[in-house]
Amino acid sequence: MSNITLRVNGRAHTVDVEPSTPLLYVLRNDLGLQGPRFGCGLGQCGACAVIINGVAARSCVTPVSSVRTEVTTLEGLATGGRLHPLQQAWIDEQVPACGFCQNGQIMTAKAMLDKNPHPTDAQIREGMARTLCRCMTYYRVQAAIKRVAGGVA
Amino acid sequence: MTTSRRDFLQTSGWLIVSVSAAAVAGPFAPDALVQGPGPYPDPDFRQLDSWIVIRPDSTATFYVGKTDCGQGTGTAFRQMMSDELDIAYEKTACVMGSTDITVDQGGSGGSDAIQVDGWPMRRVAAEARRVLLDMASARFGVPVDQLAVSDAVVTVKADPSKKITYGELIGGKKFNVALTGNNIDATTGIAKVKPVQELRNVGRSPQRYDIPAKVDGSLKWAVDVKLPGMVHARNVKPPAAGATLVSIDESSVRSLPGFVRVVSKGNYIAVICEREEQAIAAARQLKVNWQRPAAAPFPASEDLFTYMRGATPTSSQRPNVVGDPDTALAGAATIVEADYDVPFQGHTAFAPAHATADPSNGQMTIYSNDMKSYGMRNGIATFLNMPREQVRVVWMEGPQGYGRTAADDAGFEAAYLAKEIGRPVRMQWMRNEEQAWDTKGPAFAVKMRGGLDAQGNLIALEYDARSADYGHLGYNEPETVLIAQLMGTRRSTPAAGSAATPSDMYVVPNKRTAAHVVSLPLVWETPVRTGNLRDPNGPQSTFAAESFIDELAVAAKADPVAFRLKLLTASTTDDGGFKRARSIAAIKAAAEAYGWDSRPSPKPRAAGDVGDVLRGRGLAYSFRGQTVVAEIAEVEVNRRTGRVWVKRLVCAHDCGLVINPEALRRTIEGGMLHSISRALYEEVQFDTEKVTSVDWVTHPSLTHADTPEKIDVVLVNGDPSPRRPDLPHYGAGETSCKPMIAAVANAIHDATGVRLRRVPFRAARVLAALKAAGV
Repeated sequence: MSNITLRVNGRAHTVDVEPSTPLLYVLRNDLGLQGPRFGCGLGQCGACAVIINGVAARSCVTPVSSVRTEVTTLEGLATGGRLHPLQQAWIDEQVPACGFCQNGQIMTAKAMLDKNPHPTDAQIREGMARTLCRCMTYYRVQAAIKRVAGGVA
Repeated sequence: MTTSRRDFLQTSGWLIVSVSAAAVAGPFAPDALVQGPGPYPDPDFRQLDSWIVIRPDSTATFYVGKTDCGQGTGTAFRQMMSDELDIAYEKTACVMGSTDITVDQGGSGGSDAIQVDGWPMRRVAAEARRVLLDMASARFGVPVDQLAVSDAVVTVKADPSKKITYGELIGGKKFNVALTGNNIDATTGIAKVKPVQELRNVGRSPQRYDIPAKVDGSLKWAVDVKLPGMVHARNVKPPAAGATLVSIDESSVRSLPGFVRVVSKGNYIAVICEREEQAIAAARQLKVNWQRPAAAPFPASEDLFTYMRGATPTSSQRPNVVGDPDTALAGAATIVEADYDVPFQGHTAFAPAHATADPSNGQMTIYSNDMKSYGMRNGIATFLNMPREQVRVVWMEGPQGYGRTAADDAGFEAAYLAKEIGRPVRMQWMRNEEQAWDTKGPAFAVKMRGGLDAQGNLIALEYDARSADYGHLGYNEPETVLIAQLMGTRRSTPAAGSAATPSDMYVVPNKRTAAHVVSLPLVWETPVRTGNLRDPNGPQSTFAAESFIDELAVAAKADPVAFRLKLLTASTTDDGGFKRARSIAAIKAAAEAYGWDSRPSPKPRAAGDVGDVLRGRGLAYSFRGQTVVAEIAEVEVNRRTGRVWVKRLVCAHDCGLVINPEALRRTIEGGMLHSISRALYEEVQFDTEKVTSVDWVTHPSLTHADTPEKIDVVLVNGDPSPRRPDLPHYGAGETSCKPMIAAVANAIHDATGVRLRRVPFRAARVLAALKAAGV
């Protein structure tokens, strides 16, 4: 075990864990940030996505000791009590079914739109392709992304 | 036990924890945040107070014994009950599925939430309204028929200045009104429910109340439970089905950080550590000596259908025979025969199975997303030999629960381990474990035969199905959950299983439907175990039946829509639910919404067409219970790669009275796409000792890249009296899954002229079929 300092959603935290511990377990079990969730532990599904350096990273395969910069989780998207436009679009479009994957959908969409605010339909499909949903809400996820990308939000 | 909910805020000794918030359905239901020390007697469904609490501020909380697996049923219950109670939807909340505070309506299953359980909910809400009006009548000294009620305010019609709220009437007290009914589904008071025309919230689409907390990260799910002193457990599963545990070398993990214990009994092993990542590492590192079984537990998945067709059935349903199919087939001008294969397909829930169990106070609380929390409570009480009153299940949200998932198994495991070590235990399976060991929808091998006369009329039809479903698991059975099997405490006789027959209203003069169950060699302690998966057996049987109807239409050189309508209009009699008339209406509505061009399949290709992409459309239809659905898929098939893209979908859906159209549309969309995933990708693969499709690469699922460009859902009301005041609300959770695999297969045939009879239609299989046919 060793002390590791992380900056998450604008706050610094120091935790005492094995350096190889996946970031996901530190966020969920030590910092109480449970927006990111365990889906596969293999980086294949996206349930655990957090944003690091502008990238939707798979925190289940990210060793905590490798994290050098700010981490943003789903809980950190809202600012000043206002939901992020994507979160609002998710409500307006009534996207989630069970909702378990939606952390990954929203965080992946945010990283994508931060880089490319107006993606084409093909770019949305490609950009989101590795973020799975077993309730198959893809059609509505894409509609919500288009709401934001089209400036409606 | 209605007193507990309403009194416990004033009762000392109640522990407030943050974990039960997921059961709460709105801002007016703080009660479920409070955890009692037990015991936990059953809420009495014959007491109005068990269902409805009205607070002094005229807000109401509905307590229902259902669970919402992401289809918005909780929102629908609030709509239905607020209408009957005459209270604004916004002033209501809904608490669901926790066994100590909600009546036992069985949790979820069978798409019955709206169709069956909605009725007692409506009746008890109507009864609460009646009781409140009686109170107002006594208060004002005027008969009830001289009173008006709107949004929880009762007014004297003759003197509108005389008014009183529900909150003032109830005055912080209980109703203390007894209900009647031989069982919970029959629960009723004296009041009658309203006619459809007087419902205000029903038919509108208030946004689902559960969604905001699912997008801002504030919802606490069953995976999020944290309790003081809680430890983490992971299973160590046998490396081969049917393997026997010889020895465990505990020294291989004893010195690992956070190690707590290895718990083992029979062939069941779990490793427990203080932290989650420690438990994962220790379970991987534990050295176990297993003895593999002498005989192979199952054929390899590539040999499955040969095995199934050659096996002696464990049971055969008595064939259902109409007319004389043998004679009719002997005299047919054209005979069509085809075999259809559907492999085992898993739930593969998006979060692997999980539960947390707390043995504090000599009680057992299980925090679970299992859709049948009441059954889990009963099953675990039996399994642990504890009185029912000492066991409760707190239902919380989880990943999609479309049937008998491994959430059942994880609940029992957590409870067993918690009792063993006397500390709260959080159990979660790993991804490979979920993919390999969760319950599967049974594989089907179906033989179809049909005969046409010289005019292309269908004069004989045979359906003969074999389902690999022997030992089918029920829900939360203490003698069949995986931990019981591995411990060797399983019951002596496996369940018989079943094989479905098609659900359609076609009139064929000579018809035989037969269904058999076959068994794999190993029945217990096997990862290839079956249980209910969303519309159990429906997609499999309908894939065969509705593909074959298309094949018959091809043989008759008939348009597939016209061919079906001819079979449906061959009679004028109907069943009590008007399913035949509603089937006709649904197929016509789908064809119209799509813009169906009437012609036989396959689609003629222009001479010299050398493009890579072939396009076609296919229709399939079925019903489930009373809900009727017709679906059209338009596909693009790339003949260079074999990739199939379902570009457009149309669904005509008739589930009677619609409670929340927008939530219904999304449920239908999800059901269709789930079946497209099953059509194009999903298959449980195994060698002769273990499952080999163990993650999202080896067991692929539909992705964003596969999403249709356009989905149109048409909500049909094909009832002969569509405005009748007693129009029933039927279930809608599963029907849309049913015909979609067939619709995709029919569309692929329309596009390419190639008939795919083996699911899934992955690119390699499609490409091979196209090449074989010279396409």
